[in-house]
Amino acid sequence: MCISVFQQVDETSLKMSKQQPAQFINPETPGYVGFANLPNQVHRKSVKKGFEFTLMVVGESGLGKSTLINSLFLTDLYPERVLPGAAEKIERTVQIEASTVEIEERGVKLRLTVVDTPGYGDAINCRDCFKTIISYIDEQFERYLHDESGLNRRHIIDNRVHCCFYFISPFGHGLKPLDVAFMKAIHNKVNIVPVIAKADTLTLKERERLKKRVLDEIEEHSIKIYHLPDAESDEDEDFKEQTRLLKASIPFSVVGSNQLIEAKGKKVRGRLYPWGVVEVENPEHNDFLKLRTMLITHMQDLQEVTQDLHYENFRSERLKRGGRKVENEDVNKDQILLEKEAELRRMQEMIARMQAQMQMQMQTGDGDGAAHGHHV
Amino acid sequence: MSDHVGVESLPDQLVNKSIQQGFCFNILCVGETGIGKSTLMNTLFNTNFEDREFSHFYSHVNLEARTYELEENNVRLKLTIVSTVGFGDQINKEESYQPIVDYIDAQFEAYLQEELKIKRCLFNYHDSRVHVCLYFIAPTGHSLKTLDLLTMKNLDSKVNIIPLIAKADTISKNELQKFKVKVMSELVSSGVQIYQFPTDDETIARINSSMNAHLPFAVVGSMDEVKVGNKVVKARQYPWGIVEVENESHCDFVKLREMLICTNMEDLREQTHTRHYELYRRCKLEELGFRDVGPENKPVSLQEIYETKRQEFYTERQTKEEEMKQMFVQRVKEKEAMLKEAERELQAKYEHLKRVHQEERLKLDEKRKSLEDEIACFSKKRAASEIFQNQAFVTGGSKKDKDRKK
Repeated sequence: MCISVFQQVDETSLKMSKQQPAQFINPETPGYVGFANLPNQVHRKSVKKGFEFTLMVVGESGLGKSTLINSLFLTDLYPERVLPGAAEKIERTVQIEASTVEIEERGVKLRLTVVDTPGYGDAINCRDCFKTIISYIDEQFERYLHDESGLNRRHIIDNRVHCCFYFISPFGHGLKPLDVAFMKAIHNKVNIVPVIAKADTLTLKERERLKKRVLDEIEEHSIKIYHLPDAESDEDEDFKEQTRLLKASIPFSVVGSNQLIEAKGKKVRGRLYPWGVVEVENPEHNDFLKLRTMLITHMQDLQEVTQDLHYENFRSERLKRGGRKVENEDVNKDQILLEKEAELRRMQEMIARMQAQMQMQMQTGDGDGAAHGHHV
Repeated sequence: MSDHVGVESLPDQLVNKSIQQGFCFNILCVGETGIGKSTLMNTLFNTNFEDREFSHFYSHVNLEARTYELEENNVRLKLTIVSTVGFGDQINKEESYQPIVDYIDAQFEAYLQEELKIKRCLFNYHDSRVHVCLYFIAPTGHSLKTLDLLTMKNLDSKVNIIPLIAKADTISKNELQKFKVKVMSELVSSGVQIYQFPTDDETIARINSSMNAHLPFAVVGSMDEVKVGNKVVKARQYPWGIVEVENESHCDFVKLREMLICTNMEDLREQTHTRHYELYRRCKLEELGFRDVGPENKPVSLQEIYETKRQEFYTERQTKEEEMKQMFVQRVKEKEAMLKEAERELQAKYEHLKRVHQEERLKLDEKRKSLEDEIACFSKKRAASEIFQNQAFVTGGSKKDKDRKK
């Protein structure tokens, strides 16, 4: 295809000076090269490949996590859930339950994995609450690192956690000690998005106060949450405004529901109370739409940050530790590089030797004939 | 002649007396930080008690007690509200219930001490015993939390517990029903005894038993006034509607107020005194060794037991004193003997030394004597030799001269 394009350019180059630069969509137009078609190609390939996303949800029992996930993705991820009573929860340990669902919308496939953490915050002593969760996250990084360093890299499955929704209780005044401890333990490993669910328990004034309090406490304890990237300067005004609104609403206070209620003549998803109907998709009632927008428009960015920041952090830490003991932490990078290069050279020499050996064997093998057979 | 005696006015006399004295009621509110304890108290008593927002970062659970004097229709009420601070915030909640139990016990102990005093004035005593514990359950919609179960199990034998579902405007009607059923079944299966509104008095039996079926009460608290229709009511205003606190189809607030204050306040106080306090008193006195039945299975009064205890204590003390005296005497004797022994030894040593000294002296004397003898001898010899020399000199002197002259 490249060759034909160049030929066309040669033919029409004489005419270019006379012609005005026209749209490059039409192949007949003079000066057409064709790489403006690249975004379409990317689109086609990505639709074919499908998208993968892993979302982790963490929070105490009864804060509305499952309902919210079901509402966000219009599915029922927990069809036969059995909720344990208080007596069973006393000594309960944290479990990790990953469920995958394939969502398709207009030909675009999303393979969504939701990692749930039942048991978090349940036990009477939550000291070891998050060890299981952190080791799960590390395990996924470890597996990816292993696959990436392997010889056959065709089918690397990305199970790394791209985003973690951390649920904050709307019944308190802000963050609790467990919240702070957990977020500080994972903010260098995963993108944290704090969420306040069951927002129908807060009046507008209380909501603003709680959001501000949570943001203040996050800053006070130096917790790094996921920051939405600012809109590029060449984006249109609407998009910039939307991004600004989204940024101003963090943490999102949402209400989840998959029940259809009749309100104002139409059927909406919401919660029915004697005093009114809370509409899930009404921006004046809660930030559900904002959360969904944020998740969808920034899914790619979340994956990139996970890859470029959190995974790279993990990888460099891991390789530094490598086979050595953790005590030698002040080995400088140059030394490691040199050592790695030396190792590479040795391996290359070994491969060259083996190849030479094989060549020789094959030659002598030919000479000797089939009587000896050949062994490698 | 009428059959009227006048006995029917007796309750009125009691009532008049109690109005004169004023009433005293103590409420303990147990619940997570921010669950709405203070707001509910304000709403219940229609007063803005002083309240502050507490932080989530206390390392231990504490209790704060505040006493207020209220008046309604000439009836005076001394109300004490005790609230937990920092409950449910810690990462390790194993010991969270202990400060609450300690507080309740402390109030019982204070009353017991007053009761046991010789000069006491119980009628003037400010009864600080906790009459009711309102336990605030978080409206998760699932079940009780582990902390709730543990705490209530440790409190049910010490105080009347009325469980409440706080911030109930976040649960829809059918979710609420399921939640109530789940909570009650959990309490029953764990053997937690909550307060039952009394059904023995026929005038209130029916309403009480129907209220018992509504437990736990789903409450909403608010002191904000909102205009609804042409009335101004206490409510919470949302974009999707207004939750009226005193609307029975919105929440159980009115039921709680009715049950707690209007109907059963006196019963709560009575139960506290006759059941919980008595249990505490019995356990405490048994610990101290008091019994109701003496050694021969004969009923024994507290006085007798006290006397016997006292006697026992005195005799024990006396025997101990005797023992100590004996020991003291013994020790003194031993010390004396030791000292005497030491003295004797010293004496012996002294004698010995003296003897040795004397012997030495004798020896020395002898030596001196012999030396003197020798000296005397020597001087005699010398004298003799001198004489001899002189003689020799005289005779030989001329010879010397002669030698010299030569």
